[in-house]
Amino acid sequence: MGLSDKIYKYIFMTVALSSFVFLIGIIIVLFSEGLPVLSSTGVMAFIFGKSWYPTSTPPEFGIFPLISASLVVTLGAMVVAVPVGIGSALYIHEIAGVKQKMILKPVVELLGAIPSIIFGFFGMLIVAPFLQDLLHLSTGQCAFTGALILGIMAIPVLCSISEDALSVVPKSYREASYALGANRWQTLWKVIMPAAGSGVSTSIILGISRVMGETMTVLLVTGGAAMIPKSIFDPVRPMTSTIAAEMGEAAVGGAHYHALFAIGLVLFLITLMMNMIAEYISRKYRMKLGQDV
Amino acid sequence: MKANSENSQKLGFLLLFVCIIIALLALGSIIYFIASNGIKAFSWTFFTDIPRKSMTAGGVGPAIVGTLYLVLGSVLFSLPLGVITAIYLCEYSPKNFTLNLIRMSINNLAGVPSVVFGLFGLAVFVKLFGFHVSILSGSLTLGILILPGIISASYEAIIAVPQSTREASYALGATQIQTIKKVVLPAALPGILTGMILAVGRAAGETAPIMFTAVTFYSRSYPSSVMNEVMALPYHIYVLMTEGTHPEEQKLIAYGCAFILLILVLAVSSIAIYLREKQRRKYV
Repeated sequence: MGLSDKIYKYIFMTVALSSFVFLIGIIIVLFSEGLPVLSSTGVMAFIFGKSWYPTSTPPEFGIFPLISASLVVTLGAMVVAVPVGIGSALYIHEIAGVKQKMILKPVVELLGAIPSIIFGFFGMLIVAPFLQDLLHLSTGQCAFTGALILGIMAIPVLCSISEDALSVVPKSYREASYALGANRWQTLWKVIMPAAGSGVSTSIILGISRVMGETMTVLLVTGGAAMIPKSIFDPVRPMTSTIAAEMGEAAVGGAHYHALFAIGLVLFLITLMMNMIAEYISRKYRMKLGQDV
Repeated sequence: MKANSENSQKLGFLLLFVCIIIALLALGSIIYFIASNGIKAFSWTFFTDIPRKSMTAGGVGPAIVGTLYLVLGSVLFSLPLGVITAIYLCEYSPKNFTLNLIRMSINNLAGVPSVVFGLFGLAVFVKLFGFHVSILSGSLTLGILILPGIISASYEAIIAVPQSTREASYALGATQIQTIKKVVLPAALPGILTGMILAVGRAAGETAPIMFTAVTFYSRSYPSSVMNEVMALPYHIYVLMTEGTHPEEQKLIAYGCAFILLILVLAVSSIAIYLREKQRRKYV
């Protein structure tokens, strides 16, 4: 290896570390900008405080209503996305022929590329008024509509990742099951699904993480009342849309500004945890398959 | 027992069929509603004119141009970073610790919510670096957001270049950097470009990262420098839906914007997916 090769190596290494620098940068920014509010309000009071009145005097920064809104909407979205997404993956894997597969897989991926603002726009103009009439709601812009739209958005994520997981289950599993007299459905449901279980659960966790971080959809669709929802048909304000909606009016360097960064920190830590769990499961899964094959 | 399991198979397969139909219908109806309403807004002036009469008439030219600038800027920033990272990971196969550190960072960066990138861009590019709300700040923020995607596409493309090609180059006396520049990169170029196109689709549709870093909700002119704030298609849709007093006129324009954005993203992504499948078949 010549001298110039060595120099290039170090230049490339420095550039390659940029992802690490950005990740650390994000963590530092969120902590340093969020800390002033966390220390003045107190971490527990911030997370479990029941009132979010950032502009009243004195302001109150309790984000429990926002966290509960995020949780309700995410949970609801998963009720939609888990069966439909995984069911679609099973269909593509088991029933679709080669030709159908060649069309369905790219189509699902393409649908996953539709920007969230378009989902939000669609939800606000079409779905919310429709549900309002259908269910006689006081407003169609509520947690339910948000969950429905987010659930539709998450279908491609769950479907693609689950399908990948299903497709790496060794053929021998299927053959062994057939040899025991099981039919295709029993094989799919009792052998292949459990074998792909960790890949499928990874898809669910990544779906949750994606849905929880979704901003524009909930901003347009869930109404925006910063209150703990009593019913799934209440308007809610999840963490992401609070940041997006209020940053414009928060004075830079003020308590409100710092509080929004602190929300960002909470959001970041939740999604970071989700992604780490997903990575841990899929790594273990690959090891398991490696031993089995 | 036999008949029972046959029936459960029929029912099960039916359920799976229902799932895929629901998925396709739900997503297809979005495209249908946006397209059928959006097409009504289309006219030549819609693409070229500036917004008029407080955004109830005229076109969305500045928003289209703004989105193009932001996408271009973000790719210019993250393509070199992404490709070099991928080269480093593939060609220099660093020691375990460095490799894991970089891998871990990329994976976690990929999962960061887009609004958090917006906060980062606001604190670092807009405030700390003093770039203000501008094309520059927005491009850098979007660039970091699309970086993980560009790295993994480039990585996949570079690792797929057969080892024998590299060895042939070394056998001819080429140094490592010459081999990378003249042999590996040209072979991996189609895959890298595909990843770039996918990233363009992603960057064009993102709203939250540019909300605090790049966009303004109304502009009468086209940007003249990277330090200008701009209009952008996705943000313009948001503004039309939440501000102003003429909902009906604004709705039509918003549909038009949404349709442009949808065409842009779907066209760009289908090209990328088509190219990627073609390349995969070549190597397999």
